Amino acid sequence: MGGHFPRGSSAIAGLATYGIGEAPGFSSLELAAKAGLLAVADAGLTLGDVDALFICLPDDFFAGLTFAEYLGLTPRFTDNNRTGGSAFMSHMITAALALSAGYIDVALIAYGSNQRTNGGRLATSITSNRWDAPYRPLFPLSSYALAAARHMHEYGTTRAQLAEVAVAARQWANGNPEAFAKGPLTIEDCLASRMISTPIARHDCCLVTDGAAAIVMTRADRARDLARPSVPVLGAAAATWWNSIAQTGDITTTAAAESGARAYTAAGIGPADIQVVQLYDAFTINTILFLEDLGFCPKGEGGRFVSDGRIAPGGALPVNTNGGGLSCCHPGMYGLFAIVEAARQIRGEAANQLPSVDVALAHGNGGTLSSQATVILGSAATV
Amino acid sequence: MKDAGGATSDAAEAHWRAALAEGRFLLQRAVNSGTVVFPPRVAEPGTGDPDLEWFEASGMGTVYSVTIVAQRHPEAPYNVALIDLDEGARMMSRVDGVASDAVRIGMRVRARIIAEGDAPLIVFDPVGR
Repeated sequence: MGGHFPRGSSAIAGLATYGIGEAPGFSSLELAAKAGLLAVADAGLTLGDVDALFICLPDDFFAGLTFAEYLGLTPRFTDNNRTGGSAFMSHMITAALALSAGYIDVALIAYGSNQRTNGGRLATSITSNRWDAPYRPLFPLSSYALAAARHMHEYGTTRAQLAEVAVAARQWANGNPEAFAKGPLTIEDCLASRMISTPIARHDCCLVTDGAAAIVMTRADRARDLARPSVPVLGAAAATWWNSIAQTGDITTTAAAESGARAYTAAGIGPADIQVVQLYDAFTINTILFLEDLGFCPKGEGGRFVSDGRIAPGGALPVNTNGGGLSCCHPGMYGLFAIVEAARQIRGEAANQLPSVDVALAHGNGGTLSSQATVILGSAATV
Repeated sequence: MKDAGGATSDAAEAHWRAALAEGRFLLQRAVNSGTVVFPPRVAEPGTGDPDLEWFEASGMGTVYSVTIVAQRHPEAPYNVALIDLDEGARMMSRVDGVASDAVRIGMRVRARIIAEGDAPLIVFDPVGR
């Protein structure tokens, strides 16, 4: 039977972010390189130790080759896998398998984007396919709107419940010096914000920022001897069910239901064991869908689940403790930032640090709710 | 693949578009499983069975989801809908013939082929109200 994951055999040994918010003058490549160098140094390693590279950049389909050349890497393994914002979780799966097999020794996973100061729009070469495009859906926004509209129809989810997600994210961001969007935000502010594609209004949408992130992975035994607290990878899984939102079955259930279940099995734990959750919140509906699909509440209950501050600071389930894509940063493909925040919580160095975090989940979304990938991280005590 | 008129083609998308240009809305059906396939493919998804036949869609469907896209004044908002076709497939489209904010999930609709830009396009109108 497939799907075996080497629990705890690899670990995050170093991590970094760089240029979150606005980084005027920097190219995406330069931002990714800065984060990559910082992550390698954080691990107490040198560039020469890196023998595997995992990267995608928003503006370069050959980013693996470009980045290797730029930093003078000669990786024995280069992975330019692009499954959208979930790509980095998939990178971690591949890196964990290759590390465990002894094929590679040090994996660098990096991302950077200058999309805010270089245009101010989501930088993507991806568009609606030719079957959908004549109907002029906003890409990718209207795809999420169609999922949200159906969720509201089936389960009675309300715009105020969507707004709860944005308000919680902002409250976390207000405690994070790195976060880009700060200040008061109320449910009423969200409901009054400009409608874009019903039911998604401006405050239901993630930010457009610059920013870069990187992590370094090694085998767990080596990570234990390095400079920083080791963050073992307990489980990880990815799943793809469709590309176009027109090709879903039940539009309110994503492949996170599969990736999450497989990641839990690999880690030998369940949702009740997760102490902090980092989800790719491109839109407020994402958080609701993924909390359901990842087993934190039953399908259809997500809107009620997030109400009354449950996922906000002080709530029962801390979600997106950096402020998420909604209020911390969204440089186009957010997945790696969710991973970094999960690892920071385990290392005990997050801006909104929670007490004694031993198990954290990071979930990535790619395309239009299309590609889903889940990573479960632990402390050294969990392996 | 054989279509309703007996022509054969392995290039599924080109065949579909040629039929649409003649005013026919075609779907594919997997001969063995009966599964209806859209957009057109060279094989049934999931099984890889290449034994697909063309047939003309009834055009009847139901709105599965809908979003109304706002535009800058003075451009009017428009809707983008997912339509569950009675035969079983789903497609993205638009519901015309009614104000965008009156399009409802569950609404029964019928296909109509219009010319938009320089190409034929399938849109839907509400029925039975």
